[in-house]
Amino acid sequence: MPYLDFLMTYSSRFIDGTLITLGQFGLAALVAIVAALISGLMKMAHSKTMRAIAIIYIEIFRGTSLLVQLYWFYFVLPLFGFTLEKFTVGFLTVGLCYGAYGAELVRGAIQSVPRGQWEAALALNMSPAKRMQRIILPQALVAILPPWGNLMIEILKGTALVALISVADLMFETRQVNNNTYLSAQAFGTALIIYYIFARFMVTPIMRWLERVMARKIGRT
Amino acid sequence: MLDWKMDFTWEILPRLLLAAGNTMLAAGGGYAVAVVLGLVFALAQRTRSRTLTFIVRELVEFIRSTPLLLQIFFIFYVGPQFGLRLSPWAAGLIAIGLHYAAYLSEVYRGGIENVPKGQWEAARAINLSTVTTYRRIIIPQALPPALAGMGNYLVGIFKDTPMLSVIGVAELMHTANSIGAENFRYLEPYTIVGLIFLAISLPTAWLIRRFETALRRKMGLTR
Amino acid sequence: MKHDKRHDLSQYPLRLEGDNVPMVRFQNVTKRYGSLTVLDGLNLDVAEGEMVTIIGPSGSGKTTVLRMLMTLETIDSGVIYVDGEPLTHMEKNGRLVRANAAHLRLIRSKIGMCFQHFNLFPHMTALGNCIEGPMQVLGLSKQEAEERALELLDLVGMADKRDQHPSRLSGGQQQRVAIARALAMRPKVMLFDEVTSALDPEVISEVTGVIRGLVDQHNLTMLMVTHQIGFAREISDRICLFFDGKIEEQGSPEMLLDNPQNERTQQFLSAVLEAN
Ligand SMILES: Nc1ncnc2c1ncn2[C@@H]1O[C@H](COP(=O)(O)OP(=O)(O)O)[C@@H](O)[C@H]1O
Ligand SMILES: [Mg+2]
Repeated sequence: MPYLDFLMTYSSRFIDGTLITLGQFGLAALVAIVAALISGLMKMAHSKTMRAIAIIYIEIFRGTSLLVQLYWFYFVLPLFGFTLEKFTVGFLTVGLCYGAYGAELVRGAIQSVPRGQWEAALALNMSPAKRMQRIILPQALVAILPPWGNLMIEILKGTALVALISVADLMFETRQVNNNTYLSAQAFGTALIIYYIFARFMVTPIMRWLERVMARKIGRT
Repeated sequence: MLDWKMDFTWEILPRLLLAAGNTMLAAGGGYAVAVVLGLVFALAQRTRSRTLTFIVRELVEFIRSTPLLLQIFFIFYVGPQFGLRLSPWAAGLIAIGLHYAAYLSEVYRGGIENVPKGQWEAARAINLSTVTTYRRIIIPQALPPALAGMGNYLVGIFKDTPMLSVIGVAELMHTANSIGAENFRYLEPYTIVGLIFLAISLPTAWLIRRFETALRRKMGLTR
Repeated sequence: MKHDKRHDLSQYPLRLEGDNVPMVRFQNVTKRYGSLTVLDGLNLDVAEGEMVTIIGPSGSGKTTVLRMLMTLETIDSGVIYVDGEPLTHMEKNGRLVRANAAHLRLIRSKIGMCFQHFNLFPHMTALGNCIEGPMQVLGLSKQEAEERALELLDLVGMADKRDQHPSRLSGGQQQRVAIARALAMRPKVMLFDEVTSALDPEVISEVTGVIRGLVDQHNLTMLMVTHQIGFAREISDRICLFFDGKIEEQGSPEMLLDNPQNERTQQFLSAVLEAN
């Protein structure tokens, strides 16, 4: 079957899968941002309990495989009485996993803000919360965007694993097409190209654009 | 609710530990491929040929931008379509090695580019050949800062080996899946697999961090 | 927060009262970093409206004096008073105890500081830097804060650069904005830590000119660390020379600079004058 015919025949499956992948990606990215911010800040807190909770979360998710986490959340968590939709398990797990990596980025970015900024804010008698919110976080945001761009690509790639708990994403649909047709090069090749286009021509340019916007806002152009 | 069965745990533990050996074998084999291939990718981007640099650069970008799982399927299933049959192990090691070679090439490149230009010029001034300059001057200086990054990717490869279960490599995840399907019990196998991963990757990551700080101190980067 | 347990706080007054209450008092203040004693039983009073300059060799503890007063560093023993009230401590059941965060915030509101490296907020304009404290800390409305800030930016000659980010300003301009930012909080005490040390020689006078103006225009108490002996002579009411965490010698500029009593003072001054 010529490649064009193949594409025409199976386009709807690829499109459906792509939409699910994009949904997984967007939601997982959101979860990762929230989890990274909370646990990154908690890891820098004065309270030992807060720090311990953050460290346990970070080390568990960074110390094991995303695939192990997915299976565990999908097969084992229901035994504890939490039964979640597989779609939800998918983006939650991917988000929590990469949120743990993001936590280190958050911490690094906050620590990259020069000490003098803390001191100047204190000299203006700003409260710790105000110092963080008004002075440190905006500057940390500029520092975190470049490494966060790489993390976004990892999140996009990570969503492919949700196919293994039967979420009908691009990876899943591609396998179905492959199993129906045995046209492996066409099926997997098409998916590779779709993932590549999203990573290279959507995620990366958007992150670059954000970097530029934030740099301009901070007056560093 | 939750009932953890201890006797079942003891029954499956040997099988899982054996599989952990396979996991480490896969990680080590994949890493060996990645270390060498990564150097090829890095050096290819430093040749004078613009075309070669461009092609390798794009290839590295492509590999880094697409899911490893998909690459594993691609390499395993596309071969037979053209009459080339790869065993699960061979396909797995190639896929994982290729994927991480792309990452390691960036680590190498970063290390090489961090060596000050003056070092090249000084080597030229005493008339060293390019190969000798790399071997005696550049790589010894580029390697130490790259080592920490290389170590992190070793842990990364280790944690990505469960994906090889999808093409039937009998590593930890694959074994846990089988145990689960045979006994209709998932709690113990999956939890034990998670714990084994923690038990290996946490100390390793800690050692790498220790090593990195020691190295930075030794190189006078921090006090 | 290490505090010498044996250190008896009962010998320190709960507050300073009477006719001649100093604006700032360091009473027997000691500061250590590990085994290094940076300041050893420092006693120093600064009267309201007084301009005191601290000079001394590098590492003698000058910056530490200002940072303790700004509460950027904790102290190991002694008490610091500001405007008659204890700063590092507070009264509880008729005794002095370590100040809590709320007390620090209350007393700290009387103090402003300018840093060697300006520490302007890079993500805010010159005006944004100056309204940040008044709006976020003092609770002024945007309009009130801007009025106040523009007046001060005008005072330091930076009103026309109000919408520029710090990265677009020269060092001298940044430092002038930093002075306006500190003044916008209406402090009673201003601290200047080597505010001209990071500047190119030709712009130093921009900043010294502003500080000179403050001596005339505001009834501010000022503590300044500087290496510019000539400037110190011109504007100081008193100069303190620090050596190894202690005040070696102090007095009016004429007394200290023209007629030093102490051999180490003479050596330091001749070395500095030679370098200038
Ligand atoms: N955070 C710190 N940790 C350890 N030692 C410090 C620290 N800050 C200052 N010091 C030491 O305290 C001494 C006085 O420092 P400083 O007040 O900055 O001196 P000056 O401003 O007179 O040059 C110096 O010996 C310095 O090395
Ligand atoms: Mg100093």
